[in-house]
Amino acid sequence: MDYSIKIGGEAGQGIQTIGDTLARVFARSGFHVFSHQDYESRIRGGHNFYQLRFSNNPISASQERVDILVALDRESITRHEQELMPDGRVLYDSTALKLKHEGALFLDIPFEKLALEQGGSKIMMNTVATGAVLGMLGMEVAPLLDIITTTFKKKGVEIIMANRSAALEGYEAAAKSCTKCPFNLSRDSSAKPKLLMGGAEAIALGAVASGCKFYSAYPMTPSTGIMNYLAAKEKEYGVVVEQAEDEIAAINMALGASFAGARAMTGTSGGGFALMTEGLSLAGMTETPVVIAMGQRPGPATGFPTRTEQGELQFVLSAGHGEFPRVIFAPGTPRQAFFLTNKAFDLAEKYQVPAFILFDTYLSDSQWTFDGLDTGKARYVDYRLRGEAFNRVVDYKRHAFSESGISLFGVPGDAKHTVVTDSDEHDEDGHIVEDALTRIKMVEKRFIKKLPLIKREIAPPFLYGDHAPRVVLVGWGSTYGVMKEAVDRMSSTTSIAMLHFSELFPFPMRERFDYVRLLSNAKLSICIEGNASGQFARLMRAETGHEFTAQIHKFDGRPFLVEEVVREVSAKCKV
Amino acid sequence: MSTLDDYKGQTPSWCPGCGNFSILKTFKDTMVELGIEPHRCTVVSGIGQAAKLPHYTKCNTFNGLHGRSLPVATGIRLANHEMLVIAVSGDGDCYGEGGNHLMAAMRRNINVKQFVHNNQIYGLTKGQPSPTTGEGMVTKNTPLGVISEQFNPMALAVALDCGFAARGYAADIDHLKGLMKEAINHKGFALLDILQPCVTFNKVNTYEWYKQRVYHIEQDYNPEDRRAAFAKALEWGDRIPLGIIYRNHRPTFEERVPMIADKPLVKQGFDMKKIEETIKEFY
Repeated sequence: MDYSIKIGGEAGQGIQTIGDTLARVFARSGFHVFSHQDYESRIRGGHNFYQLRFSNNPISASQERVDILVALDRESITRHEQELMPDGRVLYDSTALKLKHEGALFLDIPFEKLALEQGGSKIMMNTVATGAVLGMLGMEVAPLLDIITTTFKKKGVEIIMANRSAALEGYEAAAKSCTKCPFNLSRDSSAKPKLLMGGAEAIALGAVASGCKFYSAYPMTPSTGIMNYLAAKEKEYGVVVEQAEDEIAAINMALGASFAGARAMTGTSGGGFALMTEGLSLAGMTETPVVIAMGQRPGPATGFPTRTEQGELQFVLSAGHGEFPRVIFAPGTPRQAFFLTNKAFDLAEKYQVPAFILFDTYLSDSQWTFDGLDTGKARYVDYRLRGEAFNRVVDYKRHAFSESGISLFGVPGDAKHTVVTDSDEHDEDGHIVEDALTRIKMVEKRFIKKLPLIKREIAPPFLYGDHAPRVVLVGWGSTYGVMKEAVDRMSSTTSIAMLHFSELFPFPMRERFDYVRLLSNAKLSICIEGNASGQFARLMRAETGHEFTAQIHKFDGRPFLVEEVVREVSAKCKV
Repeated sequence: MSTLDDYKGQTPSWCPGCGNFSILKTFKDTMVELGIEPHRCTVVSGIGQAAKLPHYTKCNTFNGLHGRSLPVATGIRLANHEMLVIAVSGDGDCYGEGGNHLMAAMRRNINVKQFVHNNQIYGLTKGQPSPTTGEGMVTKNTPLGVISEQFNPMALAVALDCGFAARGYAADIDHLKGLMKEAINHKGFALLDILQPCVTFNKVNTYEWYKQRVYHIEQDYNPEDRRAAFAKALEWGDRIPLGIIYRNHRPTFEERVPMIADKPLVKQGFDMKKIEETIKEFY
């Protein structure tokens, strides 16, 4: 059992409310859920959709096929009707759309009328539609009623009751009219409720779980969700969230807070990050830890503000003037986003370097289910020198030379020592210098000595599927889910595997797992990337010399879908 | 108690006769007289001759990028509001490159002290006009004279309801020391614009030029009257007022952030167990 539901309409019609509520209902009922969104950069109007897939088996991407199309406007039907499976259904309200569709595929439920009857307001149309989807599927309505009760708790009993009856009316109307619907939910009664989490939330939660105390940013899609989540939790967790006047200020504020002794983070997208590059270089020179959540969207310039792309890898790799170490992680799932954000904080603090979470709109907006999240595995070590321990140090120097290149980082004010750092080349004390010898020793300290140590912390790529594959799909970041499903679908006929890189830089060593040998032994190594030029393929070639036999690029601002990847990979296999 | 010895730093690389020397001396005297120990204060600076000041004294120092000292200072204050944070900049640094940050700091009323060594010229890059260079002045890259109107930091401060705005003069040491003390003791953002002759690149605004123009604001002047303050802020030219131009008692940004009401962020612990509770919200 594996169904996809597409909810389409104009911005502002409440597509996301319907989608999020259904996703929650399915997750609570123990199904595996995957959802993603497609929306335009506008507040009202246009055409947006929310695509939701649920199944008894683990799923990790969206498909092209649609089983139920919930059409809140006419355009949803004209645009997406052809995606419908032969026995799929379109759920709509002919009164609201002012258009009656004939045919067995169309299920006309009077959302508007039922909403007015039950709640006296058109607002509840979404609740009716949500109930109707569950009615079509023959699912229990109880989980939806529970969610309504919690969602509207603050709005009072009246609103709760009205929404509950609106949901029930929609549910019953659809159940009655959809007697010939083909949907058959073979629900595993022992399945436990699942955790449902989106990428942006996972990054924010990972930050909180890493002791992040300060977040400064300027709003920009797709990073804004991180700031919103942290702001919602700021009092509970004692996190100061400040909207900076611009991205330059955002990163400099984070560096100030970090210098003062608090774990600090900033988040942005490519355009904002362009403004941050000067501050990134400052983090490198002053050896000030900072975590940067860099959300990719299609560029150049403003590009497609609300859509997705993997186009900033080379930018993040080389951003900032001068040479200094950096860490770049690119999570493929919300779970990876949580733990890699945690690891980014740990490495940033341990090595006093900037660390990136390189994600994209697709990962930010997509929701996944998990059986749970073992937060106990998150790592927290306070590397700063505080209080008495700082006072005990004799002759403290902020940038003291050491075997590892790492110097003790005292918290200013905690001891009699002063903590001095400078964006100019500086001596061990942190004061400006001009001499060549100190320069050489400082570059060795903050860059050359730290690099091999950081490299040792980087995990090898993840191999999924055949362990001696003929075909290997290689990718990074948000293509994890779609590549994994493509491997699943092709593995019965092809010797195939996925090699996924989530810890990108420093590039993983080959000691623990010789992935380059695996790639060269395969007949086909195919690099799949959401950009036009193959940025990861370039990095792979530079770091290992491996040249992919084929590359698949997508740069239309939309995510890869499962059938599409299978089609393209199959075509490459035939060549 | 700290002594002047505690505030001893490296030997300055400024030109002989530079106004920065007296500002540095006044800074040290102020800190000693206020009884502030070097580790209780962080000086944040950017780039320019003024920005080198923290190296020539002793205190926690973040010498960052051109124009960016205020965001760094803001981050430090939000992480540790028990720390005295002073931003030291020149006119190009603070009023040019850092203009947006200056406006934001005034709006926030973050409790940072901004000292601007205003020599009305770019010194480090050797003689280009700054935002405060007088209209018509001929410089290296404006042979036909500066076209843009001179920037007025005091008028901006009054317009944005800045917590504290004052003007001092590098050669009037005792008066300047009084202003530094007032700025440090003020609760909220404080802008102290310090007129500073540049003996090498500014041949117009010399010691003599200032001597003929500067005067101490009258005793009966009320800096809390915003309209009067605006009029005072517009005074420039033949007579240049020195003293506190404007002051108000707006609550500081830090006072309004409940997350740091009990103690600074840097002294707050971290409870991993809470995360388990939060995870439940995702079911």
